[in-house]
Order: sequence, then C-alpha cells, then structure tokens
Amino acid sequence: MNFKTDYKAVAGLGSAKGGTGHFISQRLTAIALVPLGILFVFTFVRALGEGHDAVLAIYRHPFNALIAIGFFIVMFRHLRLGLQVVIEDYVHNERSRMLMLITNALIWRGFAVAGAFAVAKIALTV
Amino acid sequence: MVELTLPKNSRMTVGKTWPKPAGAKNVRAFKIYRYDPDAGANPRVDTYFVDMDSCGPMVLDALIKIKNEIDPTLTFRRSCREGICGSCAMNIDGINTLACIYGMDEIKGDVKIYPLPHMPVVKDLIPDLTHFYAQHASIMPWLETKTNKPAAEWRQSIDDRKKLDGLYECVMCACCSTSCPSYWWNSDRYLGPAALLHAYRWIIDSRDEATGARLDELEDPFKLYRCHTIMNCTQTCPKGLNPAKAIAEIKKMMVERTM
Repeated sequence: MNFKTDYKAVAGLGSAKGGTGHFISQRLTAIALVPLGILFVFTFVRALGEGHDAVLAIYRHPFNALIAIGFFIVMFRHLRLGLQVVIEDYVHNERSRMLMLITNALIWRGFAVAGAFAVAKIALTV
Repeated sequence: MVELTLPKNSRMTVGKTWPKPAGAKNVRAFKIYRYDPDAGANPRVDTYFVDMDSCGPMVLDALIKIKNEIDPTLTFRRSCREGICGSCAMNIDGINTLACIYGMDEIKGDVKIYPLPHMPVVKDLIPDLTHFYAQHASIMPWLETKTNKPAAEWRQSIDDRKKLDGLYECVMCACCSTSCPSYWWNSDRYLGPAALLHAYRWIIDSRDEATGARLDELEDPFKLYRCHTIMNCTQTCPKGLNPAKAIAEIKKMMVERTM
C-alpha cells in the first residue's frame, strides 16, 4: 500500500524540457533521405556486379563519394532516432531500457563513422 | 506496459446465458463483459437476449432494459443519456463510444459490449479513471492570468473565440485516450489525447497568459511526444472532435518557438 496521490503519480519527475530537438531532427533527416536515398541507390546499382576496379572508380568520383558519405551519416542518424522511440515505447524494464538506449545511441554512430571512413578511404586513395 | 497476452486474472471465461424473453419475436443477443471484484473469479462474458420491439434505439436503452428487467447486478455508468456527460463511454462492437448516442442499427449481429480498453476495471463496464482525471488536472484546465482582473469579464474577439470550437466540446469520456496504443503502453507518462486536447484548448485561448509555461510543462519526450499520429483518437471520438490535430498543433508551436 502506498499513500501517494494520483496527482503525484502524474506529476512524476516533471517535464524533461526536451524532445522537440529529436522531433525536428527526425523530420529533417527524413526529408534529406529522399534525395540522398535515391541518389545512393542509383550509384550503388551502377556498381552492382562490376569488378573491383570499376567499383573503386565509381566511388572515387567526388559526387558519388559525397552522396554515399552523406547517406551513411543521415541514414544512421535517422535509424538511431527512430529506434530510440521504439525502445522508449516498448521496453519498460528500467535496466534493459537503459542498456538498449545506450547501445542504440552508440552503435549507429559507429556504423556511420565506419561507412564514411570506408568511402573516404576509397575516394582519397590515389 | 506492453502486454501481448492478458494477465492471468484478466483472462476471459464464458459466462452465463440468460433466458430469452417469453413471447418476444424480435430478439437480439447482447454479449457483455462482467467482472465482480468481490467474487474473486476471472471476468466473463454473459449473454442476454433483449426484446427489441419494446426497447429504445440506443445501446444504453438496451443496457438499462437488461438492468431493469433481466439482471439488476449489471453495472455501468450513465447519466445524461444525450452525449453530454461522457459517463457511458464503453467499447461497443469494437469501438470506444458513448452507449447513449450509439444506435443499435449501426451494429451487425450480436452486440458486444466491453469496458474501455486497457484500464483497470472497477466492476463490469466501469473503468477506473482516477489516473486519467489526474492527468487532466495536471495540464491546469483553467484560465491563468498575470494582468490585474478586469472590472467585468476577460474580453475575447469573435475570431479568437472561434479557435476554441472543436475543443471546448470535449466531455472527458476517455474514449480517445483508451483507444490510443501509445496510451496503453505508456499512460504512466504519456498524457494521452484527451488531456493534450484540453491543454491545447488553454494554450490557444487568447485570454490565457501562461502559454509559455504550458508549453514548457508539455515539452517532454513522454508527456507529449509519445503521440505517433496513430489517429485512433480522432477516429473514435463520439463527439466528432480531432484530438490528433490538437496534438499536432502543440508540436508545431514547440517547433515554432525553437526555430
């Protein structure tokens, strides 16, 4: 039995004074992904089935490399923001929630850095 | 909390089938959720048969007829019988609505009646709405002002008054909030469509001087941003209001004051 009032339960820890940044960022990345996604798929399909040298040649082109790097950064950011909402929605065990949110916050940034580095290495290697 | 299966003590069982009214020609079956906290048994679905030739057109008419003539233990809230008090909100034929303004001609086959979804049940069709009401209280549903009180009333232009149309009509029946999956999973922290519609009603009131403070209170990943525009709220509102739009307007104001 606890004697907390209903109002106390609703008040909780108060407003986090946040969330709007997340909301804006999710929408901006979504908009950016429309052209970036189309252009990335376009170049990627061109490279499909080609030999090693041909693929390197495609991503040595500055435009293609920039599209790929931009796509990785924006896509992984969008993915991170989206998955964060899914975890917050559905995972209620405090420990696994924190663990998943932290993993989510780190892992996709790692993927973005790795992807961008890989393309940059191809583009910048003479 | 996400629950894909019902907890053990909430699992449904088959209930009693009550006898058909003698001599009735136009009979309709009602399958109604029953739960008695004192009995210690799981909830069940009882089947009643109502003579439609001597029954009013609304679902509430049938419920009252069942209580008066068949089973006086059937428990439900009702008061105004014209959609203005919000007491008789329940899940009828799969949607949350007010029994008093929902016509039985709109339902095909048996009439299935359950309490509002995902709420603790007090008894039969009566959900516990204390948390829902506390959430409403938390958004300060009253006029907040700093300016000295005018000698007469706070004045408002006709255009500004028009902005409250589609908001002030809300009767707090809880149909919208209890239809919202986000509210089912996170109602401990998410305010839900009804409270947010009321919040917006005061945010855009031209006489209210606490707009910023109200937005501050709502700016929270859970209180406001658990709304994922599922739109069940708008679809189910028995008063034809649009809580989803009100929430979207609040989000727009949040962005507006950031950018």
